[in-house]
Amino acid sequence: MKTVAEHNPNRRNFLKGSAALVGGLVIGFYLPIKGGRAFAADAAPAQVFPPNAFIRIAPDDTITVVVNKSEMGQGVYTSLPMLIAEELEADWSRIRVESAPVGAVYNHTGFGMQITGGSSSVSSSWEQLRRVGASARVLLVRAAAQEWGVPESACRAENGQVIHAASGKSLSYGKLADAAGKLPLPENVALKDPKDFKLIGQPVKRIDTPEKVNGSAQFGLDVYIPGMLMVLIARSPVFGGKVKSFNADEARKVPGVEGVYQVPTGIAVAANGFWPAKTARELLKIEWDEGAGAALSTPKMRADYLEMAKKPGAVARKDGDPAGALKQVHKSVSAEYEVPYLAHAMMEPLNVVVDLKPDHCGIWTGTQSQTMDHASAAKVAGLKPEQVEIHTTYLGGGFGRRANPMSDFVIEAVQTAKVIGKPIKVVWTREDDMRGGYYRPMWADRIEAGIGKDGRPVAWQHTIVGQSIVAGTPFENFMTKDGIDQTSVEGAATLPYAIPNLQVDLHSPKNPVPVQWWRSVGHSHTAFVVETMVDELAHMAAQDPVQYRLALLEKAPRHAGVLKLAAEKAGWGRKLPAGHAFGVAVHESFHSYVAEVAEISLEDGKIRVHKVTCAVDCGMVVNPDGVRQQVESAVIYGLSAALQGAITLENGRVVQSNFHDYTALRLSRVPQVEVHIVQSDAPPTGIGEPGTPPIAPAVANAVFALTGKRLRRMPFDAETLA
Amino acid sequence: MISLTINGKAAEVDADPSTPLLWVLRDHLHLTGTKYGCGMAQCGACTVHLDGQAIRSCVTPVSMASGKQVTTIEGLAEQALGKKVQQAWQEVDVPQCGYCQSGQIMAATALLQQNPKPDDAQITAAMEGNLCRCGTYNRIRAAIHKAAELQGEAK
Ligand code: FES
Ligand code: FES
Repeated sequence: MKTVAEHNPNRRNFLKGSAALVGGLVIGFYLPIKGGRAFAADAAPAQVFPPNAFIRIAPDDTITVVVNKSEMGQGVYTSLPMLIAEELEADWSRIRVESAPVGAVYNHTGFGMQITGGSSSVSSSWEQLRRVGASARVLLVRAAAQEWGVPESACRAENGQVIHAASGKSLSYGKLADAAGKLPLPENVALKDPKDFKLIGQPVKRIDTPEKVNGSAQFGLDVYIPGMLMVLIARSPVFGGKVKSFNADEARKVPGVEGVYQVPTGIAVAANGFWPAKTARELLKIEWDEGAGAALSTPKMRADYLEMAKKPGAVARKDGDPAGALKQVHKSVSAEYEVPYLAHAMMEPLNVVVDLKPDHCGIWTGTQSQTMDHASAAKVAGLKPEQVEIHTTYLGGGFGRRANPMSDFVIEAVQTAKVIGKPIKVVWTREDDMRGGYYRPMWADRIEAGIGKDGRPVAWQHTIVGQSIVAGTPFENFMTKDGIDQTSVEGAATLPYAIPNLQVDLHSPKNPVPVQWWRSVGHSHTAFVVETMVDELAHMAAQDPVQYRLALLEKAPRHAGVLKLAAEKAGWGRKLPAGHAFGVAVHESFHSYVAEVAEISLEDGKIRVHKVTCAVDCGMVVNPDGVRQQVESAVIYGLSAALQGAITLENGRVVQSNFHDYTALRLSRVPQVEVHIVQSDAPPTGIGEPGTPPIAPAVANAVFALTGKRLRRMPFDAETLA
Repeated sequence: MISLTINGKAAEVDADPSTPLLWVLRDHLHLTGTKYGCGMAQCGACTVHLDGQAIRSCVTPVSMASGKQVTTIEGLAEQALGKKVQQAWQEVDVPQCGYCQSGQIMAATALLQQNPKPDDAQITAAMEGNLCRCGTYNRIRAAIHKAAELQGEAK
């Protein structure tokens, strides 16, 4: 393998004295952290690199925005620069983007660490980045006014220029940047009234599209550094297993193999290319000490979970007296629900490049969780935080997997680099990625609910069973309340419907299968359960599912708003072609509200979703086309799981391994997705995830409308529907 | 040594002849626009053209590419049609994470080469092997129609 220094230097090395080299204005801010526990003490390094900056204006008028969120498809390299450009009065065509290095200045304003997740990139940057843009504009105007000897108030900023109307003079930002960079930062800058926005609210084309259509966009897997070896690791086939003994004689004979090493997570094969590494790995003979994980099998786990669901767990919410009320209801129903483990299956499997030297560690990877990965890497490498650099590449999908609370893939790569002693790229094959755990938990739910004579729900008893994804992680304290992992009950304990007697409780069994957040986290299962049950109650009451919900949402106007809009746009109630039916669901997640109406039919006993009509209320919209993209994506991601997704275990081994047996939606099965956005003055809220939760229940409810069969288990393709 | 012609340029590589073309492109030539997604012809991320035909480079031994014209995403803009497809992709703003898109574009270009005006069913048939976990499918379909239109106008 040739080892050419191929990774793109201008994208990554900007920190090396950017202001000095480029000249001009560099702006960075620390903003006080609102709410949340600061992770700074144990995780965030102090300011690692000077200067901490969000904007760099070069003499040629190019404006570089340093984005502190990872671009994994959700469009932050476009929406976040829009926030700055709006207030800066920048010429949008001159905006460039760079990914931020690790530094406290780049921390998420709500989480106190550098991380991309929780559908919060826009909401957490909304104030901060507009302020950054406005401050820079104030300085540029001030610099121009000083240059011309005129009052600032006589100057205005427009499209990358400062203009003095009276004299007809103008100077571009590039010409002013040097002088502006020497002025002290203004204290209190005024932000625009939203009605004056020029860019925010307009559909803007993604900044990253050109690179992504010509093959030049650099993902982690695309990083090649001099002298780098490709490393594949043979990991235990059972979660928690350890190497007992191994023989690498045959593996070492493969041409191109440079070495075989025992590393903490298994046996690593280092070679001068992926192919020899993979060929050699297949020749390894490893005996594993499998441990308790070998006893895990899905059917048994399901039975155990369902048994647990029969008894109430730790109470997450209790209103009134559900047990008492259930004895007196007019009609009642009880139902059990099951959803499987799911792999994120990002299109780009995990990978990490590590260049570990005695006094420095360079890491290139597509991570969503820089602060924690950085701290973990420093610890493993035995280096000071300032000696560790993380270069965030483009992420070939994230969906949560690349924000691992244990920094699993980064720690493993640094540990392996320590053993091998050369620059390496650890590549996970698709099989490694799919069998590597950190799944969306498997869940079992049980609901008993009853309605009164008027049809309205009177009692609702919901028991949830599933592993906690934060237990044992640094997020545990932060996200657990009264012993309840809030992500396990979100969407269930927050049920918006008016039900006087309601209980939601939780069992959090432990087992060796690693679990993690998966697009929409707890909502990915709770929305399915609660929205199909509400639908069931509507039918029990012989009422229209939309009207029934609306009557229970009087105190939840934003739920009601999207529900009405989706129903209206879909033509709810109209006559559909023979064999077609509608189903509906509405759900709030990440402070956004989404209703979806699915139109389905059956083809050869399988569900065919023709069209999904979505209405979303995510507050003020920064980039409407970005919102549409995210909802389209979230619906298909959720539908893929609802119809087809399942990770199962047999004797502790993950059965599925690649896209032939963990199938994902392909073009032939993709519905039309129509997205309607509610106009709103509320601050922006999440959009990367909220489109996912409603799709499974909307489809399941449509199946009921069509066939009279209630789907209470995912994936739906495994159910018999004739 | 294996002799290859990639994007019109000659290249000599020292690789085992059974090595998949994908890994020769990536590890030997650092043409990283062609992606690894599954390694077993399930996802289409590794799609390149061999004498104009879309193939899965992850399951194509490099020896099979010898003596043929290999086109990768990096060389696509040199072809009039490829350029139009890329333009259509930009106009529709197809990519999200972007990881699958080189393969999607290569597959779409090969389709349009053979069928300048594909209908929806033909698009589905040709693109069924290309996964997109970001779910950009509807935009991919729209962009293929758009590219057909752009190419039609150009003629
Ligand atoms: S990598 Fe070749 S088809 Fe998936
Ligand atoms: S754009 Fe992300 S996989 Fe297709």
